[in-house]
Amino acid sequence: MTAIRFLVNGAPVELEAPGMRRLLDVLREDLGLTGTKEGCGEGECGACSVILDGDVVDSCLIPACQVDGRIIRTVEGLAALTPDGRILDDLQAAFLATGGAQCGICTPGMLLAARVYLDAGGGPDEDAIREAIAGNLCRCTGYTKIVEAIALAAETGRRPAGA
Amino acid sequence: MPVEPPVETPRDLAEAFRLMALSPRTPIAGGTDLMVRITGEIGSPPDQVLDLSRLEELRGIALEDGRLTLGALTTYAEIRRSGLVARSLPVLAEAAATVGAVQIQNRGTLGGNIANASPAGDTLPLLLALEAVIEVGGARGERSIPADQFWIAYRTTALAPDELVLRVRIPLVEARQVRFRKVGTRRAQAISKVVLALAWEQADRKDRWSHVRLALGSVADRPIRARSTELYLEGSRATLETADGAAETVAAEIRPIDDVRSTADYRRQVTARILHRIIRDAGGW
Repeated sequence: MTAIRFLVNGAPVELEAPGMRRLLDVLREDLGLTGTKEGCGEGECGACSVILDGDVVDSCLIPACQVDGRIIRTVEGLAALTPDGRILDDLQAAFLATGGAQCGICTPGMLLAARVYLDAGGGPDEDAIREAIAGNLCRCTGYTKIVEAIALAAETGRRPAGA
Repeated sequence: MPVEPPVETPRDLAEAFRLMALSPRTPIAGGTDLMVRITGEIGSPPDQVLDLSRLEELRGIALEDGRLTLGALTTYAEIRRSGLVARSLPVLAEAAATVGAVQIQNRGTLGGNIANASPAGDTLPLLLALEAVIEVGGARGERSIPADQFWIAYRTTALAPDELVLRVRIPLVEARQVRFRKVGTRRAQAISKVVLALAWEQADRKDRWSHVRLALGSVADRPIRARSTELYLEGSRATLETADGAAETVAAEIRPIDDVRSTADYRRQVTARILHRIIRDAGGW
């Protein structure tokens, strides 16, 4: 067992876990953050995507020993917590608006891959969006609406505040 | 649940060498290959793991003595972002962009691709064609292994059990042309059916080719040089006759197999076709 400390969605976490435990299992089993899904468990599908120090990664491929001292963001950390309740991220709102989710298993990973893409200045260009989510598979083949959602969020994010 | 073997995280290279000398451990860097083994999906889980991720000595991209040096922990994303790579060896960034998708590029490392020794390793044919030198080391010291002596059998490298891949040095050659192609089922997240890297030297487009190096992935039990085809191309010009002859030579030279990803016939035809196309483009006809 190894003592592992890191930040999840802004909150410090400290736990004892085997160093080779998958970050995916630490999140879901040890911390109860089940928004992160397991799809293939071998780095093909992107369902378990999380943001690690600003980069989108597959949490099934990351051993717990490598997240000590790092910063992790999961889908639970996307919506902003305010005194009036949670306010959805632009991307979450856009997925709702376009019907970008069907069964929902790929959605958390799609949202996080798209969040990193938009944070890096990505725009509504379809080819660029498709490349940004190339590591995220949707079993319902709903890519068209997912791409539309990300493009919509890219537009929303570009509007000046209050517009 | 996945197997969770014991792991140690050395803070510097000396400690890593000491642990490796104590008993062989399976190194983990970005985890894109090893973490799949702990679930039992592919291969068997390792008994003991050595986490290399905190070894700062194995990071960084630099230009030294006319060679591009990349630390073993350099990720594909770092290669794609590097201004130095873009200026001195853009084909390496082109190859890095074909690996997996962004999640894999953020984690997978050049050293990991080398040590994992998959016959389908995306960057390995490029390292062969560029005559890269792989520097390895352990408690007994460091040594340099030319890429064409590194992958010695199916998933087997020239590394001793107590050695780690430290860095790669790629000579930068004036007037060298390099081409890279990967063919998979789709552009992202695909394990290759064929990988091809071709390098040659030529001061002017009309000149004869010299120092031709042709390397292939996914067509043999390890990444290979296609030496008969290299010999065929040496001293030639990029004409239709050359392209036809080279395509025929490479198709006869390789012995690919049928497997889950492709067939021997497809691999042989596609390899020949890609080579033909590269020569045509180089000749401008």
